Amino acid sequence: MSTATASTADVGAGSTSSRATKVLGWLVLAGFAVLVALAFAWVPEDTRITEQGDVVGQFDAVRLMFVHVPSAILAYTGFGLTFLASLAYLRWRTDWWDIMAHSSAEIGVLFGVLTLVTGSIWGRPTWQTWWEWGDVRLVTTLVMVLVFIGYLAVRRIPADGAVQARRSAVIALVGAVNIVIVNRSVDWWENRTLHQQSTLIARKIRDETLFTLSFSFAVGMALFAWLLLHRFRTAYLERQIDELEVQEALKERWAEADPADGEKGRP
Amino acid sequence: MPPATGAAVLRDAWLIAGKDLRIEMRSRVGLNQIVPFAVTVLVLFAFALDTDQEALRTYAPGLFWVTVLLAALLAIGRSFAVDLADGAADRLLLSGIDPIAVFGGKALAIAGQLVVLEVLLAAGVVLMFDVTVYRYGLLVCAGVAAAAGVAAAGTLYGALVAGLGARETLLPVLLLPVVAPVLIGATRAFQDAFGAAGAEGWAWLGLLAGFAAIYGVFGALSYGALLEEA
Amino acid sequence: MEHAVRLRAAVTLLGRFPALAGVDLDISPGEIVLLKGPNGAGKTTMLRLCAGLCPLASGQGWVLGHDLHVQRRMVRRRVALLGHRSGLYDDLTVAENMAFWARAAGGESADVEEVLGRLSLTGRLADTRVGRLSAGQRRRASIASLVVRRPELWLLDEPHAGLDQQSRDTVDSLVRGAAAAGATVVLATHELERIQVLDPRVVSVVGGMVRADRDGGRAAARSGSMSGPPDAEGDAAGDGGRCAS
Repeated sequence: MSTATASTADVGAGSTSSRATKVLGWLVLAGFAVLVALAFAWVPEDTRITEQGDVVGQFDAVRLMFVHVPSAILAYTGFGLTFLASLAYLRWRTDWWDIMAHSSAEIGVLFGVLTLVTGSIWGRPTWQTWWEWGDVRLVTTLVMVLVFIGYLAVRRIPADGAVQARRSAVIALVGAVNIVIVNRSVDWWENRTLHQQSTLIARKIRDETLFTLSFSFAVGMALFAWLLLHRFRTAYLERQIDELEVQEALKERWAEADPADGEKGRP
Repeated sequence: MPPATGAAVLRDAWLIAGKDLRIEMRSRVGLNQIVPFAVTVLVLFAFALDTDQEALRTYAPGLFWVTVLLAALLAIGRSFAVDLADGAADRLLLSGIDPIAVFGGKALAIAGQLVVLEVLLAAGVVLMFDVTVYRYGLLVCAGVAAAAGVAAAGTLYGALVAGLGARETLLPVLLLPVVAPVLIGATRAFQDAFGAAGAEGWAWLGLLAGFAAIYGVFGALSYGALLEEA
Repeated sequence: MEHAVRLRAAVTLLGRFPALAGVDLDISPGEIVLLKGPNGAGKTTMLRLCAGLCPLASGQGWVLGHDLHVQRRMVRRRVALLGHRSGLYDDLTVAENMAFWARAAGGESADVEEVLGRLSLTGRLADTRVGRLSAGQRRRASIASLVVRRPELWLLDEPHAGLDQQSRDTVDSLVRGAAAAGATVVLATHELERIQVLDPRVVSVVGGMVRADRDGGRAAARSGSMSGPPDAEGDAAGDGGRCAS
């Protein structure tokens, strides 16, 4: 954790942590330890006995749900935040919203990949396949992650700050519209889904599992907030470095314009 | 300052489209490079599927549209490279032409080129993959609608990456996930046109038309924000 | 409109490089202004800023009465910029390029013939693709395609570069004609012998700032600019920096 060695809580002095984020960070770690304990020791295997007397269910694979489901929700949260921040950027044109869009997109991609990987691992024992093209949510999530990987690729290309911010915002908006179109078209493409539609609503789920799942949401949200705070502050400090570099370059430029006068700054 | 009227926007869009198409007819980059590229891709598909005539017939619609999308990347990149080659892009900004007209004109020219490419490739698929066309009306409508959708989305993303470094590699990364619905819809429509059972081609045509409409409107609206910069 | 161009502490960044580091400059309508200065001084960026192609990072600027912070699109359609690149399409003929840019500007193409004649681009040359022209012919065609727009502010970056003596004279007479008709002309050049012909106000640009401002014998009204001895050195290449586009 990058905060461990930071000796000051002052963000402006070059650290991305504060007392609050340190507390939050430790809470996330503790919460994750508790989550592991709950998921492996407390929650029973997922089994049901059918009317024919067969034992069915997800067995141990159900424990992956405590990573997979929060990841999926956090990925969509990240992309949703990117969408809103991009809209806000185009409206108000401030660095704050631009950094917000960038930071949440990175975290969204992180959780998006985690969702796909854990989903794939879970699908192998449960659906007997690593990947299922007929599943709408799976394919939509994959396309969404690809769209935002492209978004991050654009952000990585050096360009004038305002130009890049504006282009990125448009890409995020188009990407969000695109998710809806992809979702609809994939749905029509294979009009079926393997995902359980209503695990929670139908109350087929055990109380222990439900509690642990809720707990995993809470831990996930805290982790998301912690990551976002640090990523945002890192980007903010990077902007400040840029600003200082511009000021330095301006002084050099003034010295160039008037060698005798340059040290004093602008006439 | 005369406000941009609808008629002026149409006139300017037509001017831009005419300019782009005339340049393409002159330079023959499309005919000499993009079409041979597309035909080569079809040949590679045949090699990959190992002379299995039945498989080729079955997958012809999908292979056709993947080929069109790959060729479209080249056509879109070319459309913007022409403007960037010797500073004409700056002059377009300075001309005072409404951004909506620039978007419409470029998209129209790209769509026109894609339709020509589709006609040639369709002939190639019929000859090389041994498919039979049962519904010509559906084939034509789906071809035009898909070309319009790809051109609209492609023009938007072409402008997004124009002037950025590494735009040749950036365009595929950004555009291909976005046009995935076109691939799905156009493939199903062509399956129907080629006589596959239960493909419901006309319903998929609706998706293609909707895609073209959404990206047409979105592109026209956001093009101004993109051009305002620099 | 009191000023054709008015810049106050104008800063323009190319990436993180301040190509313009605080420019103060006033240009009156109808003036001919010659920017001179060493390579990388910021002349090209100053022209692009005035054309509405580069954004202002800080400071203020107005061109033809439009605020450069918020009305760059209004500026763009009223100015003409001759950059280092031709702005023409290689695969179209000279005449087709002229017709396209004239129609794009919304103007009638009636005086295209006359402009082409003055720049010796008539006859067979007019029907030649731009890609097959020599460098000098290409430059002339580029200038001609600007003239048909009848701009109110001319921004010319090295307009004489690569031209023969006859064409240089033609450029000079075009510039003087435009100024006589009320247009403002700002040109960046290292060809200081043109000063005699054009009789411009000479503005020396160094380090992204206006270092010295001198009337070339003209009594043009101006305010807020420094005065001092003219810089001796000009530079051939000009600065190639440009804002992303």
